[in-house]
Amino acid sequence: MRELVTQAWIVARKDLVLEFRTRTALFSAVVFTALVLVVFNFGRDPTAVATIDLAPSILWVTFTFAAMLTLNRAFQLELENQALEGLLVAPLSRASLYWGKLLANLVFVAVVEAVGLPLFVLFFNVPVAHVLGPLVGVIALATVGFVAVGTLFSALLIRLRFAELMLPVLLLPFLIPPLVAAVQVTAHLLGGRPLSEVAGWLRLLAAYDVTFVSLATVLFRYTVDE
Amino acid sequence: MLSADGLRHAFGRVVALDDVTFRLGPGQTLAIFGPNGAGKTTLLKVLAGVIRPQAGSAQVAGGRRAIGWIGHHSHLYDQLTVRENLVFWGSLYGLARARRGARVVAVLERLGIADRADQLVASLSRGLAQRVAIARALIHDPPVLLLDEPFTGLDLAATRELRGLLAELRGAGRVLVLATHNVDEGVELATDVAFQRRGRFVHFAPRGAAGPAAIAAAYQRAVADA
Repeated sequence: MRELVTQAWIVARKDLVLEFRTRTALFSAVVFTALVLVVFNFGRDPTAVATIDLAPSILWVTFTFAAMLTLNRAFQLELENQALEGLLVAPLSRASLYWGKLLANLVFVAVVEAVGLPLFVLFFNVPVAHVLGPLVGVIALATVGFVAVGTLFSALLIRLRFAELMLPVLLLPFLIPPLVAAVQVTAHLLGGRPLSEVAGWLRLLAAYDVTFVSLATVLFRYTVDE
Repeated sequence: MLSADGLRHAFGRVVALDDVTFRLGPGQTLAIFGPNGAGKTTLLKVLAGVIRPQAGSAQVAGGRRAIGWIGHHSHLYDQLTVRENLVFWGSLYGLARARRGARVVAVLERLGIADRADQLVASLSRGLAQRVAIARALIHDPPVLLLDEPFTGLDLAATRELRGLLAELRGAGRVLVLATHNVDEGVELATDVAFQRRGRFVHFAPRGAAGPAAIAAAYQRAVADA
């Protein structure tokens, strides 16, 4: 287990250095997040539907699509540098490789969310200070699940043409459960209602994370091995 | 030190390996010659543990940590410096920090590129990048080197230099397996020669005193007869 974590960190650290040096995907995703929020801000009629009713959906749709822009990046780096073969030859377990990519993707998505959340508050004037802790917790819980699935699918698709188009098509159906749960919990939090009312949704998010991180760890080798 | 026993593998109906058996000990260099599609790369990938053969087995004493791999591509990250690349690959091969630093210095000095250590790989010429790729393969001081068309894209000077380095490594007791479709390349390095066609070794014998011309003539006959 210690070796798995050590090797995963070596892979993740390398990906993070590369991405923060080039900022290719991160910059695009952050700009995309800001633009989507601007479009939602101007594309709604505040007199027809209360902001507080729309806000949770807008937040999660934005995060989901922005995350998809970054998910391909971890394996794209290996393709661009023709280094995947080297990683497969190295004494690196496939589980370590997956966890390394998962960790790097989690950081990329977390950065996008860290920029997106204040913009969301700014554009929609939704007070979150009183629920910031639980809200960040829910965002983290949901993000782990969809990044776990997204990392697996991006590895599966990376050798295909149009991988960036295929990823949303394959991924979105798998994201419906955590997306529904995250929207429900966020709506309750922003509405000032107790978390105990959404304990079921929180359990679903946790179960989704455990199930898909475990499944993806096991299945990952079949996506990269020849 | 390195053995292959009855290896068979096919991709669909295309046979890539057909009953390949051989053993190599310290200081031996096997040059595998064969036309494109003969199965040379598949054989190297099986020896490296990247492809699991459908029948037979391959063993390298010390497992994947004992293997250095030089493939078609450099497996270097353009946006990392030469030193960062070598530290990354050294870490993956389990080198402790102190030894890693010493090995980076040693291989860079041996390859005459110590002054390039802090340059981005993207800024290097093809010849220099190939030297860094060789440094990458040697960073963990592997007793076994698998080389897949290592001379591809090199100019005459770089080819001569690589040949000299490989001769030195063989002299130091390492096992080398060299796959190429060009008989002129690597013959002088070989202690043993194999001709591969449609996955099968149609010839496998010690080279003896035979020079490139004699090996080329034997290769033409063997490949034509098979």
